Amino acid sequence: MWNELFPNVKADALWEATYETFYMTIISIAGTFILGILLGLLLYLTKKNGIWENKWLHFITAAFVNVFRAIPFIILIFLLFPVTLIIVGTIRGPEAALPALILGAAPFYGRLVEIALTEVDKGVVEAAKAMGAKTRTILFKVLLPESMPALVSGITVTAIALIGYTAMAGAIGAGGLGNYAYYFGFQRRDYDIVLVSTIVIVCIVFIFQFIGDMIAKKLDKR
Amino acid sequence: MISINNLSKQFTIKKQKIKAVDQLTLDIKEGEIFGVIGYSGAGKSTFVRLLNRLEEPTTGEIKIAGKNITAMKGKELRLARQEIGMIFQHFNLLWSRTVEQNIAFPLEIAGVPKTERAKRVQELIQLVDLSGRENAYPSQLSGGQKQRVGIARALANNPKVLLCDEATSALDPETTNAILDLLVDINEKLGLTIILITHEMHVIRKICHQVAVMENGSIVEQGDVLDVFHRPQQAVTKKFVEQIMGLTDDEDEVEPILATYNQGKMIRLHFLGETTNQALISQLSKQFAIEINIVQGKITHTKRGAYGTLFVQMLGEQAEMDAAIAYVTNETSVEVEVIQHVE
Repeated sequence: MWNELFPNVKADALWEATYETFYMTIISIAGTFILGILLGLLLYLTKKNGIWENKWLHFITAAFVNVFRAIPFIILIFLLFPVTLIIVGTIRGPEAALPALILGAAPFYGRLVEIALTEVDKGVVEAAKAMGAKTRTILFKVLLPESMPALVSGITVTAIALIGYTAMAGAIGAGGLGNYAYYFGFQRRDYDIVLVSTIVIVCIVFIFQFIGDMIAKKLDKR
Repeated sequence: MISINNLSKQFTIKKQKIKAVDQLTLDIKEGEIFGVIGYSGAGKSTFVRLLNRLEEPTTGEIKIAGKNITAMKGKELRLARQEIGMIFQHFNLLWSRTVEQNIAFPLEIAGVPKTERAKRVQELIQLVDLSGRENAYPSQLSGGQKQRVGIARALANNPKVLLCDEATSALDPETTNAILDLLVDINEKLGLTIILITHEMHVIRKICHQVAVMENGSIVEQGDVLDVFHRPQQAVTKKFVEQIMGLTDDEDEVEPILATYNQGKMIRLHFLGETTNQALISQLSKQFAIEINIVQGKITHTKRGAYGTLFVQMLGEQAEMDAAIAYVTNETSVEVEVIQHVE
């Protein structure tokens, strides 16, 4: 049955490609989460009437975020080749895709973080201030916990975009399902490989969406 | 306890300068429940937020327990804020924390060790009567319960002062009363000075010792609650008193009464303070050969005793009636006003 429907799909090759996609996605989600929260916090704190109101720092952060969000991902990969070569030591394979993936997704997530933080009830921040809380306490004990469901659903949306990015990176040599579908499927005219890769990617997206929704729902006590 | 000197706050909105608080000078004694009443926009909320510097004053000085709040910076201000509790109209609880964790939050800020924290949280839960709800999230609580958590949280670090910013305005009348009772209880038990902002005269009447009426950023009238109730000077104060007492001293109201009761003497008794507790009317009818008919009246209770007016009709011999009036005038603090005398 399997061999009739997908004569060209090799289980070990498919497994390796799936593993590489997972690898790229999970590491880049972690990187995006950290960098995105940093960017989002910086945007939130330095904006007008913010806790660390600072026009220049806000301008620089916003410019960084806007510029990197404006660059199409496929171009960003080429653009980052020299940087990737220095950091990772190669421009091929799943590791080489990570800098571009993180830099491509973090600014987007940073904006989502900023929105999530802005949605936190001002009164609660004020109450913490009235209790004599330090800025650090307000950050880690009020702003982040209170915005956590939005931060989680934000990273879910970003993760799904990231899965798409890994396929794009795969097509130019980063490995993973995108690579498998393009080189082994499309270029050899073995369309069954393209089909299987698509099904696996869709399944991965569903898994991430499901987990993200579940965690966000569990965290939300409102 | 709290002395405020020449305090002003100016906002600039769209290049227009708005004086929210205008050269305010005020002294509040220790252990007092001090009410500030005013309509929205009077500047009362800005005023209370200036006290713990949630708003920065434009000019002026605030001293709380001898410490100059306005001169403080950074860490010093944060430590001072730990000694000033605050409760809010919309409670401002962290929805991501349980009742217990919300109350523990100010203790975490103050760096209280974990075991001590748990003990203190339990005490506070007892104090505000929330036993059994320790692990509930704010979304599972009623408004009154949320405000109880707010109060417990505000009291966690044993503050000297409690600021209440419209603390009961989002609650229904019954819950409002329960929360006010709790505040009085805390005031008496802990000797805490409470500053309370409200737009409801009912709140002032029920729990405050002193009241200040704010209008356009200034205090237009201030004093003992009973005095302000009895002799409101400003138009705005009179309006607030009417919220409780209905229209007072209104000739339109007196006329029809006089027309109906056209025998004997019509008398208005002004009750002011403790004497309302005495059985004045029954005493009079026992001691003097007169009959007293209560026509209309309203007595209400403030923290400083009862206050109100009573219209009565006196029937009897002229000499007895005069003696009764003389007795009330000389022996009690009730003021007598003869409105009409029909021969």
